[in-house]
Amino acid sequence: MTVATPVSVAFDKARSEGRAALVGYLPAGFPDLEGSIDAMLAMVEAGCDVIEIGLPYSDPVMDGPTIQAAVQQALELGFRTTDVLRAVEAVAATGTPTLVMTSWNPVERYGVERFATDLAGAGGAGLITPDITPDFAPEWIASADAHDLDKVFLVAPSSTDERIAMTTAACRGFVYATAVMGVTGTRTATSELAAPLVERTRRATGLPVGVGLGISNGDQAAEVASYADGVIVGSAFVRVLLDHADDREAGLRALRDLTADLADGCRRGR
Amino acid sequence: MTTYLADDKGWFGAFGGRFMPEALIAALDELDVAWQEALADPTFGLEFDHLLRTYAGVPSMLYEAHRLSDHAGARILLKREDLNHTGAHKIRNVLGQALLTKRMGKKRVIAETGAGQHGVASATAAAYLGLDCTVYMGEVDTERQALNVARMQLLGAEVVPVTSGSRTLKDAINEALRDWVASVDHTAYLFGTAAGPHPFPSLVLSFVRGIGDEARRQCLDLDGRLPDAVAACVGGGSNAIGLFAGFLDDPEVAIYGFEPGGDGVETGRHAATIHAGDVGVLHGARTYVLQDEDGQTVESHSISAGLDYPGVGPQHAHLAATGRATYRPVTDKAAMEAMALLARTEGIIPAIETAHAIAGVVDLAREIPGQTILVNLSGRGDKDMGTALEYFGLGKAKPVADPQAATPEQQ
Repeated sequence: MTVATPVSVAFDKARSEGRAALVGYLPAGFPDLEGSIDAMLAMVEAGCDVIEIGLPYSDPVMDGPTIQAAVQQALELGFRTTDVLRAVEAVAATGTPTLVMTSWNPVERYGVERFATDLAGAGGAGLITPDITPDFAPEWIASADAHDLDKVFLVAPSSTDERIAMTTAACRGFVYATAVMGVTGTRTATSELAAPLVERTRRATGLPVGVGLGISNGDQAAEVASYADGVIVGSAFVRVLLDHADDREAGLRALRDLTADLADGCRRGR
Repeated sequence: MTTYLADDKGWFGAFGGRFMPEALIAALDELDVAWQEALADPTFGLEFDHLLRTYAGVPSMLYEAHRLSDHAGARILLKREDLNHTGAHKIRNVLGQALLTKRMGKKRVIAETGAGQHGVASATAAAYLGLDCTVYMGEVDTERQALNVARMQLLGAEVVPVTSGSRTLKDAINEALRDWVASVDHTAYLFGTAAGPHPFPSLVLSFVRGIGDEARRQCLDLDGRLPDAVAACVGGGSNAIGLFAGFLDDPEVAIYGFEPGGDGVETGRHAATIHAGDVGVLHGARTYVLQDEDGQTVESHSISAGLDYPGVGPQHAHLAATGRATYRPVTDKAAMEAMALLARTEGIIPAIETAHAIAGVVDLAREIPGQTILVNLSGRGDKDMGTALEYFGLGKAKPVADPQAATPEQQ
C-alpha cells in the first residue's frame, strides 16, 4: 500500500504525461544562500518536477569532487542548518515538492523531532538520507510519520532482494535507486546496473523509482527514462554553477538550458 | 563474560551501530560473516598466531621500567608493542584483516592512515600476502610523516594524498570510503582503528586484543597478581582497546585512556574527543565527536598525526559513559616532554602518540604512588624524529674541545 504525497503525485503526473519525472539537486548555500535559491527557482521554471536541496556537511562520504567543492564553499561562507529551511520555504512556495537531501549527523545534532517539525513548517516534503538505512533510522521514521513527511531511502546495485524489500517498505514518496556503485559525479557512460536494479525494486514496491548518480545530459536522461519513473540529476547542475562562478546571470541561463535538455530527455525516453 | 562487547547489530550500549550508505551494507555483511566464520575456524586462528609469532615478533615483551618508575614514584610496566615488526601494535590488526581478505578471495586492499603506521602496516601485509594496496593519507600528514610515505612506497603501495576538508585522517577515511563504494566487489577496506561501522570496531578488537591478553598473563607470571591500573593513548583507540580488553572483567584494575589535548582543551585546538566532544554520528558509528552546534565536524589538532581524529571508537565511548574507563587529555607539550623523558630514563624513543600515555601515567603516578601501572608502549618514535628535531632544536652536534673532568656522579 502506498500513500499519495506531493512527491509521488508529481511522479504520477509525469507518468500520465508519458514522461519520467525530473528531480534536480543543488546544495543550499552555494554559491551563497540567495544564489542557491535563485538557481533552484530557475530549475523549477525550466522543468524540474521535484527539487532536492542538499544540506552541506563537512564529511560528505557519498559525494564526489564536484559536490564536495560546492558544499565546502557553502560551509566556508558560514552555512547554517537553518539556512536549508529558508531555501525549502522559498522553493516549496512555488508549489514544487521540495525534499532535503542530507547526511545524518546534522539532523541528529539539530534534533530529529525538531528538524521534522521545522521542515514540515517550511513546507518541505521530506528527507532523502543517503548515508543511513531504515534499520538505523527509527527516530527519523517516527518523526517523519508524525509530521506526514516523505522518507526516501536508497537502494543500490549491491542490495539484496531482502534489503530492497526492507528499504522500500520504509520509503514514502519515491525510492532512490543508485545507478552505479560509486559516489556522486557526472559519468560519460550510463550504467548497466541501473535497469536491473529498478526491475528488482519494482517487484518489491508500488512506489515510483527514481534513478540517480552520473546522469548529466538529455541523452543519458532519455536512456534512464526508458525504464525508471524519475531521473535524478545533481553534479551536472552544480558543475554548471561552478563553471559560471563569475557570471551568475550566465550561470542561470546555462542552468535553464541544462534543465530543458534533461526534461526533453525525460520525454524522449518514453 | 564481559558486558562491554557489542551486540550483533554493533551496539556498545548507546554507541556504535552501522550508519552507512546502503551501497556498502552488503560488503559489511559479507565481511561480518567471513570474520565470524574465520573466528570459528581453528585453522584461521592457528595461521594468525603463526604469522604473529614468526613474522611480527609477537608476543611483545613486558618490560619493567625501573628508572622511569623511580622518576614517577609508581611502578611502571611497559608492553613493548614498539618492538613489533613495522614498529607498532598496528601490525596485529592488518595481518588479521589481510588474512581475512585472502580468505574472502579479494585481491586489493585499501587503507586510510594518519601517522602512516597503519598505512605502513597495511603495505607490509599486502606485500607479504601479494595483494595490491592503495593508502589514503591526508596531504598535511604526508608532509609531517614523509618517512612513512617513503616506507609505504618502497613496500609497493600507492599512497594517495587527500586534499579535501582538513586534509588529515578524517578526510583520508572519507576518501577511502569513496574508493570502497566503487570498488567493493574486489577490494577489502583494512580499517585502521577500532572505530567505524559494525563490524569494524569488534573485528579490529578481535585482532588486537592479544595485547591485553598477553599482558595479563605476563603480569601474572611476573608478579602473581594483576596491575593496579592499565593505560594507553587514545586516538581512534585500537591500541588502547587491545590492552583494555584483557582487563575489562577485572574490576580491581583501573583503566585510563589518554587523549590528545593539543594546545590545551581550553584553547579549542585539541583532539580530546571523549573529554570535550558531544555524541554524534561520524564514519558509520554513534560516538563522541568534535562538532559544532550544527553537527559539522570540527577540525581536530594534535602534534601527533596518529591521534589527530575528531571521533573515537564507540567501545571507548561506552567505557567512558559507563565509568569503566577514565579518559583524560594530555597536551602536545606534555607529550613531547614525556617523549624525551622516556628516551633519557629508559633508552626508548616512543612514538609521539605513545608519549601521551607516558605523560598521562607520570601524572597518574602522583595520585597512586607505589602502585603498579601497565602502559601500552604502542609504537616507536623513529617516524617522529622530524617533529622532535624541530620541537627540541636537535640535530646539531656540539663541538667539545677538551676532555672534561669527571663529575662527582661519574667518579
